[in-house]
Amino acid sequence: MSNDIIGAAKPRIDGPDKLSGRARYAADHYPANLTYAYGVFSNIASGKIASIDVEKAKKQPGVIEIFHHDNFPKLHRSPSNFAQQNKVDEARLPFEDNNVYYGGQFVALVVADTFENARDAAHFVDVTYQESKPVTSLTAALKNGDPKQAKSSRHTRGDADSAFASAAHQVDVTYTTPVETHNPMEMHATTADWNNGNLTFYEASQGVVFAKNTIAAVFGINPARIDARAPYIGSGFGSKLWIWPHAVAATAASRELGRPVQLVVPRAQMFTTTGHRPATHQNLKLGADANGKLQAIVHDSVNSTSFVGNYVETCGSVTKSLYDCSNVRVTHATAQVNQGTPTSMRAPGAAPGLFALESAIDELAEKIGMDPLALRKANYTETDGSKSLPFSSIHLMECYEKGAKEFGWDKRTPEIGSMKNGTEILGWGMAACNWEALKRDCNARVALRADGTAFVSCATQDIGTGTYTIVAQTAADVLGLPLDKIHVELGDSAYPSGPLSGGSWASASALPAIHAAAKKAADQLKGYAVEEDAVFADAKTDDLSLADGKLSLKGGQSVDFVQILQKRKVAEAFGEAYTTGATGDEYSFRSFGAHFVEIGWDPGISRLRVNRVVSAIDCGQIVNTKTASNQVEGAIAMGIGMALFEQTEYDHRSGMPVNNNYAEYLVPTHADYPEDVNVLLLDYPDYKFNDLGIRGIGEIGITGMAAAVANAVYHATGKRVRDLPIRIEDLMSA
Amino acid sequence: MRDFSYMQADSVGAAVASHAKGADSAYISGGTTLLDLAKLEVMRPGHVVDVRKTGYDTVEQLDDGRLRIGTNVTNTDLAYHPIVKEHYTVLSDALLSGASTSIRNKATTGGNVMQRARCAYFRDTAAPCNKREPGSGCSAIGGHARSVFAVLGTSEHCVVAHPSDMCVAMAAIGGVVNVEGPNGKRDIDFLDFHLLPGDTPHLEHALEADEMITHVTLNAPIKGGKSHYLKLRDRASYQFALASSAVIVAMDGDVVRDARIAMGGVGTKPWRAAEAEKSLTGKPATEENFAKAADILFANAKPTDDNAFKVPLGKQAVVRSLQTVTA
Ligand SMILES: Cc1cc2nc3c(=O)[nH]c(=O)nc-3n(C[C@H](O)[C@H](O)[C@H](O)COP(=O)(O)OP(=O)(O)OC[C@H]3O[C@@H](n4cnc5c(N)ncnc54)[C@H](O)[C@@H]3O)c2cc1C
Repeated sequence: MSNDIIGAAKPRIDGPDKLSGRARYAADHYPANLTYAYGVFSNIASGKIASIDVEKAKKQPGVIEIFHHDNFPKLHRSPSNFAQQNKVDEARLPFEDNNVYYGGQFVALVVADTFENARDAAHFVDVTYQESKPVTSLTAALKNGDPKQAKSSRHTRGDADSAFASAAHQVDVTYTTPVETHNPMEMHATTADWNNGNLTFYEASQGVVFAKNTIAAVFGINPARIDARAPYIGSGFGSKLWIWPHAVAATAASRELGRPVQLVVPRAQMFTTTGHRPATHQNLKLGADANGKLQAIVHDSVNSTSFVGNYVETCGSVTKSLYDCSNVRVTHATAQVNQGTPTSMRAPGAAPGLFALESAIDELAEKIGMDPLALRKANYTETDGSKSLPFSSIHLMECYEKGAKEFGWDKRTPEIGSMKNGTEILGWGMAACNWEALKRDCNARVALRADGTAFVSCATQDIGTGTYTIVAQTAADVLGLPLDKIHVELGDSAYPSGPLSGGSWASASALPAIHAAAKKAADQLKGYAVEEDAVFADAKTDDLSLADGKLSLKGGQSVDFVQILQKRKVAEAFGEAYTTGATGDEYSFRSFGAHFVEIGWDPGISRLRVNRVVSAIDCGQIVNTKTASNQVEGAIAMGIGMALFEQTEYDHRSGMPVNNNYAEYLVPTHADYPEDVNVLLLDYPDYKFNDLGIRGIGEIGITGMAAAVANAVYHATGKRVRDLPIRIEDLMSA
Repeated sequence: MRDFSYMQADSVGAAVASHAKGADSAYISGGTTLLDLAKLEVMRPGHVVDVRKTGYDTVEQLDDGRLRIGTNVTNTDLAYHPIVKEHYTVLSDALLSGASTSIRNKATTGGNVMQRARCAYFRDTAAPCNKREPGSGCSAIGGHARSVFAVLGTSEHCVVAHPSDMCVAMAAIGGVVNVEGPNGKRDIDFLDFHLLPGDTPHLEHALEADEMITHVTLNAPIKGGKSHYLKLRDRASYQFALASSAVIVAMDGDVVRDARIAMGGVGTKPWRAAEAEKSLTGKPATEENFAKAADILFANAKPTDDNAFKVPLGKQAVVRSLQTVTA
């Protein structure tokens, strides 16, 4: 690959469209005769709808129809099969019956001629409930009985219990993490438009193929009749991977009314009916010998789930392979609460899981009297113990060393509160980060066109991460065209089937397919060029190369590739390619890294801020240093939020969320982002994983971040906070 | 949001007359409180009178040294006004610590004085709230009551803190709220403008029916006074105060000649701390005396289940502010 394209810091090609407002999101589509839907949401967390009186609401201006469990059409649940690409986390359909399983559940849907009229009329729908006592927290759920064990994600090797019991040093502690809400900027939204049994479906979605298949399953129709589109989404962080009740509600209303329907989920209901990261309780037991060598690791985790879906947060997913240890047990379990169904949120499992593991490692280091970084190095391994397979490509040791050097870790004095700057006590902490390298089947199509441009299409998405740009770079690299000649089309299920934008697998799945398709397109062009009567009639295709928009013969002439196509009287030379998601069974594929964090604690005014971060990341070939660094920087911000701010708070009596807006659900502001953040990208291609050596970078940055902050807080204050978020009252002296 | 009639007034007389036509009228200026709460159906005005074209959009220094701020002056303009920046630092800092840039660009002086509580239960029409529905009960008590709840001036009927930063600085500076209504003009002492919740938490201010704020007039700066606003919160921006302090101190050598202290985030109204001020006057500016003043300030604090930390935090805020202005 040439260096001026692959690995270059290219600005986003979709930037101008976004800045100018030309980029249209799910709720920016206004088909003729559009109607607007607005939900009525339960204001109890558990019980039954006793009655719904819509008479007054129906008389409000502009109201067209009001749906609820008595008149909503009968539909089918999606089978929720990942392989068939129709997975959902909340299988229950809206308005299935009169049960209320969580606060903020859809209980009615008002459709009107304008958004304002729909919202206004929704306030006139009179719902009465038979309320039952809700389970309002994971703690409460665990008091009600044993959690349900999740067998499939359980891992055991050796004898963890007895190895722990006989270990020279032991740590046995419990960590908790709260419910977090994804809170992407863009609201969840659907614009559904049926025409003669065909559906055009604009959805704020991280997966148009899944969206198409799921809606097809729910409505019992052939997926080919659905065109699901999400050319732009205002991020999702996992909340837009699967179809949620609003999309079904809007699509059904549209079919019933014979008119397009648009539904935007209000911010408050983003906290209830479109998924969240569940609360977790995690018990960690670490046993080590006198030198710090790990003898036993036990990670027992339980998370909250809903009464209408069983979502498992796999907190131990990294624990089983990060360190060299022969005796390991990792278990997961769930307990039901009256909240909407949880779902994947950026680095599901690993983000809360590594908060626990990487905090516990520091607690162990403290017990042994070892430097936390030295303890990690002492347990470094290049073999995935859970699979007994070598890692395909690992440079974690280099992450530790480069990060430590850049940060100045050797200047850390280990005594609590020993580092100061003015009125601030400084705390230095670090943690490993880790994420599985995944990929999925992918198809793509690339065409070199007679107008001098190239056209790339794939039914994957750009969720704000830069996918458009790196797809263009990949095609440009093969086709020898400048980026502005490459037209990329994503986010439409009509294109060749591509992967969900999730799991950090979109790049690793899509770019090899696009690369292969581009090669085929180039090959077809070369084939045309050597045909009888063509420009290079006597040449061998192997001697032809594409660069700067020209096809050149080794040691011979160059011609504009357009001429070849024009001579042939075809619109394009194109290639379609498929690359597999299968990875073989010789290696374990993971990405690695380390965070180093400085916090400042001003005990005189109880102010806690993150001052400085160095993160070293080993995630394969970097395609675009700008978008890649940006992913890690964003994840660092999100990790700071996870450590210090984020938490969906519920009234413990009613179970209703109380901070369901952007003012009170705290995420970091610009002012919270440290001025000094340094992301080191190691850039070692992993050719065992795919032809391009790419592993993906969307999630790894948030993993370990909360632990690095907590470890730094401990270093400054001597307070080991095991319950996120870390709040100033946890640190104030009694 | 319910439909309402709308009238843009071109004079205070027209505004008052239009407002007086119905019992469910509301003035609107920046709309950052009113429209937010109207969308939630917490406020349901039937008639809205827009006051932004009534004038009152300048800041003037009066002959007696006081500062007269028109109700329609935006929070941003006020914060950056040269006189405010130079002579009322505490007010400029307080304003700039509030909300976000875009909200401050819209928010006005009168609107800020009149802003409503940020309590989650007040904002949720399904929850009992004595402020929204007198007599229905207070959901915050025994519920979730951390960040925006008070420890001073609470009652068994309401425990929410007054949300404003601007008003805390104004309470420290002192002055009057100038109002005009059907019975003419009058001035209300700034410290009497906001009411304690007592058993009538729905009554929040001293305005009579249909009265409109035309100005806030602040006292002349204290000679030789140094001022400071310190806002403590979980994140660095865009959050209401957990605790904040506005202090103005003038020294005679090492001795405090004059001290003005007001607190935010901890009181049910902008909290002027007269006793604490008195304890400092004529005393040397020592850490010990500052700590004593802080103890006096919070002597009667009554935290909720969730916000006991606000007592030590509030003390820290005021001590650090005093240190800063006397350093
Ligand atoms: C997300 C968010 C965060 C915020 N954070 C902060 C913060 O950190 N600190 C802070 O101090 N504030 C904060 N605020 C509150 C903000 O400062 C107020 O909303 C704003 O000052 C209100 O001014 P306005 O002109 O928009 O008022 P409006 O919304 O127009 O009016 C508010 C009230 O005042 C009445 N009113 C308006 N003008 C007059 C008048 N001339 N005479 C009589 N009554 C009048 C209205 O009827 C209404 O009841 C925040 C607000 C939001 C939405």
